[in-house]
Amino acid sequence: MQKNIVDKIWEKHLINHSEGNFSICGIDFSFLHEVTSAQAFQKLEDRGIAIMNPKQFIATIDHSIPTRPNRNEIFDLAAKNQVELLRHNAQKHDIPFFDFDSGHQGIVHAIGPELGITQPGMTIVCGDSHTATHGAFGTLAFGIGTSELAHVLATGCLLLKKPKVMKVEFKGQKEEGIYAKDLIMKLISTIGIGGATGYVIEYTGQVIKNMSMEERMTICNMSIECGAKAGLINPDQTTYEYLKERPFSPKIEQWEKIISYWNSFVSDENCFYDKEIIIDIFAMQPMVTWGTNPAQAIEINSLIPTKIQVSPAEEIMYENAIQYMQLNGGDKIEGTPIDWAFIGSCTNGRIEDLRICAKILKDRKVHPSVTLYIVPASEGVLQQAKKEGLDFIFKNAGADFRMPGCSLCLGMNDDKVPAGKRCISSTNRNFVGRQGTGSYTHLASPATVAASSIRGKITSPLEFL
Amino acid sequence: MNKITKICGKCIPLEMNDVDTDLIIPAQYLTSTSQKGYGENLFKRLKDQSPEFVFNQHKYLGASILITKENFGCGSSREHAVWALQEYGIQAIIASSFADIFSGNSLKNRLILIQMDKEIINKLILNSKKNDYFLDIHIVHNKIYSSLDEDFSFEMDNYQKSCFINGFDEFDYLLSFRNKIEEFKQQQIKDNIIPSYNRNPK
Repeated sequence: MQKNIVDKIWEKHLINHSEGNFSICGIDFSFLHEVTSAQAFQKLEDRGIAIMNPKQFIATIDHSIPTRPNRNEIFDLAAKNQVELLRHNAQKHDIPFFDFDSGHQGIVHAIGPELGITQPGMTIVCGDSHTATHGAFGTLAFGIGTSELAHVLATGCLLLKKPKVMKVEFKGQKEEGIYAKDLIMKLISTIGIGGATGYVIEYTGQVIKNMSMEERMTICNMSIECGAKAGLINPDQTTYEYLKERPFSPKIEQWEKIISYWNSFVSDENCFYDKEIIIDIFAMQPMVTWGTNPAQAIEINSLIPTKIQVSPAEEIMYENAIQYMQLNGGDKIEGTPIDWAFIGSCTNGRIEDLRICAKILKDRKVHPSVTLYIVPASEGVLQQAKKEGLDFIFKNAGADFRMPGCSLCLGMNDDKVPAGKRCISSTNRNFVGRQGTGSYTHLASPATVAASSIRGKITSPLEFL
Repeated sequence: MNKITKICGKCIPLEMNDVDTDLIIPAQYLTSTSQKGYGENLFKRLKDQSPEFVFNQHKYLGASILITKENFGCGSSREHAVWALQEYGIQAIIASSFADIFSGNSLKNRLILIQMDKEIINKLILNSKKNDYFLDIHIVHNKIYSSLDEDFSFEMDNYQKSCFINGFDEFDYLLSFRNKIEEFKQQQIKDNIIPSYNRNPK
């Protein structure tokens, strides 16, 4: 029988099968960060259980830390305590910890891939919903809660139901100025914020095959924004080239053998999917959100929907969103004035994102009324950006190029968009107050964010390319 | 784990779709390292925004059953959302659908989620807005009785049901498979298919 990639990974990790119910599934690796791990360590302590295999974990700090140069000094006492507790827990349990001065600190979903930890055919979890990012490597990777993290720490396993699989294919050609971010936003706006609940998405087709690993990570990252448990892509030559000679990748002597193993996780032709969706990207424009969830997105040259365009069931939510965002249905989204702009996060804080941004900002200035934060996702990205001289371009443009972390993606560190201010952001969520209480967020690609920061209003990147 | 067979309580209606966990407990309250102290910040942003918000209304004080609409609990995986709801006093949530990670987190903490058709949800919301509306949820019989003398049936998968009524503990269950799990992990190392086990970073 033909199998899809999820069937194949599932079978390889099944420890105890229970038909139609929760099976015991082996988890190969888990990332830990400061926000969702403390209570899990505590659970083990309360029960007097040891960690089964500390080598299955790597810990770093990303969510609650500042991104200013002297970030070692954390002024928020609760955040400081949280970071110190993770440092302590990692040391106590012999878990590698990528601290500020390690050279590898960064957002977990950035460091896993760039260190070569994330590999095809694996199961990976983390107490963070954007763990789906790792699916770009043909990995079944998903976010879990703190209780589940305790299970993984204690047993290296989880109780899971075999998920249904939805195939998503982008049809057409990705034109200049259109990025992976625009494509995934198009999917989410098409199927809705709960459109893939209960499914894992397998992204397939030529458009995906042509993408770089970093673009694929952007696509998989946002799978959770339409409710999917995970998103993944068949491993191929692009995957293997990316992984070659990274610090944690298999040694080059084992390369042939490991590639043949990795190749065994490619979906068979004509395999079964529970659902199939095709997204037409013909002549599409850059995407931007107008509302308060990632599905409330439109092409940049179109008009904000009016009340009569939404179904009666959606009316209350529509009213809430448009009212919160201080916008009017029927107006153009393009040209909406902005105060803040952010490039970074696990969705779009990688080196390719920074290069795109630098290309647009080169020899130009950020609009005087706009604060632009550019935050690399990891130390690796920061060093690479400096090597390429991108930091000078950012500085000359008047942007603030900061230290790695989650930063302005969520309002839980020093970086916040002030109340009443409007931000265009390369992140994954525009929920009410997400970037800071009372702030307004518009999601877009890094190119659209960079272009908008120059004009001081929501602007298509096409005019700068 | 505690056994739960019945939940009786007052209803509070939250007439919204896609309530995300950022709304349930905003990120700025996530720096705590314990499982306590989140209840007072439940729905903090919505509470601050409007005095009309249901969680600000006196008539719903002491409610333990939340009635809401589609895709409740979407977004971030933060289990703090479940801890906040429970600390506030919510013991069961009735909605037309729930987000995936939130469902898992709820089950682990014995917060009962019941899925019902949209028409019934609309009715429950209407009733709880009009009256002091109480529900009596019988998990064993998959039945809900209301203070207006209605009754509704619901479906719950056997596994979930067993977790509630038998106090089934997933942690103990997983630990009971320790030998089989060890065997599986050893085999992976032997096959050299998880290179991270033998990692020796440069």
